[in-house]
Amino acid sequence: MTYKKLKRIDLIFHEDCDCSQVLEKTFRKSNDEIINDILESGLKGRGGAGFPTGLKWKFTAEQPSGDRFVICNADEGEPGTFKDREILFKVPSKVFSGMAVCAKVIGAKKGYIYLRGEYRFLLPQLTKALDVFHKEIKDLLDFEIIIQMGSGAYICGEESALFESMEGKRGEPRNKPPYPTVAGFMNKPTVINNVETLVYAFMICKHGPTRFKELGTSDSRGSKVFSVSGDTPIAGIYELELGMSLDHFVEEFGDGDTKAVQVGGAAGFCVPRKKFKDTIIGFEGVPTGGSMKVFNSSRSMYNVLHNYLEFFEEESCGQCTPCRVGCQQLIKGIEAVKKGEQKAAYLDQLMKLSETMKLASKCGLGQSVANSFSSIVDNFREEMIY
Amino acid sequence: MPEVQELVKSLADKYGRKRENLLHILQGIVEQERYLSDVALTEVARELDLSAAQVYGTATFYTFLDTEPRGKYVIRVCRTISCDMKGKNRIIQAIEDALKVRLGETTQNNKFTLLETNCMGWCHEGPAMLINDQAYTNLTEEKVIEIINDYAKNK
Repeated sequence: MTYKKLKRIDLIFHEDCDCSQVLEKTFRKSNDEIINDILESGLKGRGGAGFPTGLKWKFTAEQPSGDRFVICNADEGEPGTFKDREILFKVPSKVFSGMAVCAKVIGAKKGYIYLRGEYRFLLPQLTKALDVFHKEIKDLLDFEIIIQMGSGAYICGEESALFESMEGKRGEPRNKPPYPTVAGFMNKPTVINNVETLVYAFMICKHGPTRFKELGTSDSRGSKVFSVSGDTPIAGIYELELGMSLDHFVEEFGDGDTKAVQVGGAAGFCVPRKKFKDTIIGFEGVPTGGSMKVFNSSRSMYNVLHNYLEFFEEESCGQCTPCRVGCQQLIKGIEAVKKGEQKAAYLDQLMKLSETMKLASKCGLGQSVANSFSSIVDNFREEMIY
Repeated sequence: MPEVQELVKSLADKYGRKRENLLHILQGIVEQERYLSDVALTEVARELDLSAAQVYGTATFYTFLDTEPRGKYVIRVCRTISCDMKGKNRIIQAIEDALKVRLGETTQNNKFTLLETNCMGWCHEGPAMLINDQAYTNLTEEKVIEIINDYAKNK
């Protein structure tokens, strides 16, 4: 197995560059050239799902003429993820500029930032930065960015739920297809990218695709911003090269007594100590939207799982049965096993239920509950029982 | 309640009367009134020509669009894993003792409501809480009492 050593990178937060100058230079290129640069860089979406950014832009650009939108997904709600807040706080103009490049390529005149309600305190300073940005690009591009606030719903980070919410409805995910590139916000072709993805797209425009492509592995190009929390002496936000082994990560961030790392938040995977060496952080291994939660041996993994399931039970939109009822039954189930009201073998039935949720749920939320459930129960079964 | 009617009308004038303006209007009401009363919700439905069920259904989907009366300051303590590991229960206990309320309740003078909330993106600086829009992090029992006292006296 090949993996990279842990390496800190300073691409995203490094100086707030003269964005309009970079935009001016970028806009001298044709739209195809810009898309090719993004494709060439190998950039994949940084929200967690990892769809190639260049393709998203290309598919939207190819739609028949008419209104189209670029949306920045700043509904950062995955437990353990807080990097988008830092990006919006420190380098907002890079986010706006990434949106502007996308807008030019796909022909959008309007862009939206969907900002989670919990980050409302950022609004005054973002609005101010946006005013400056609009003045700067006035002669370059006919493009306006509007900030829309969320109101405390994890599921609205799912792209189609986000569109529903922006349209003034309950944030319930839609069936796919059609995909956003064909019918997104207001049923118009829409590019929706994570905050971090937009900044990387802009940095690729600034430096060219090679500098980005040289980092990471063939499946996971570039670097990524990680949110590190839990039992670590140095919790915080770090930009790291993709493709490192979890072993190296724990060496750097653990407290010397790490028993497990939850990679990718509540919707992600729990990796126990014995698998650190063979686990690569990246799309070829365990992917993450940035959340890295470290647990030491003083932690009860039952409590961790219980906390996650409570989270999912409350944040499930309730639209489809596998997710709504599944989350409730998983909580009830592990509580019953813990209390001795059910035999340990009942956990196997719950595993089957979580598999059903993975297959039958409508959106990523219901589908990913099984990730944390099965990886925690699989690896820490005895902690679920005793 | 003519004030609510006026508020709804002014928000509808500001944001528009289409379905996609609904959330803005509901958010605007909560900002002013701290919650969405039945009167406010039916008024919004009338103003936007939607059914009351559509408006109520949308409002109740969102945690921050409260449909029960709330105090002037809504305290939301994060309950998700990192803040839980860092001792959010002690923080809640300290606030409960200071304000003489339980989780979910509002003080008699309608100044504070104490709630829990899901991950609010401060896992590296937990325990964390929001008071209305403002985030407070790295909380200790002493620190949280100081913050609450400051709100009680000065705001």
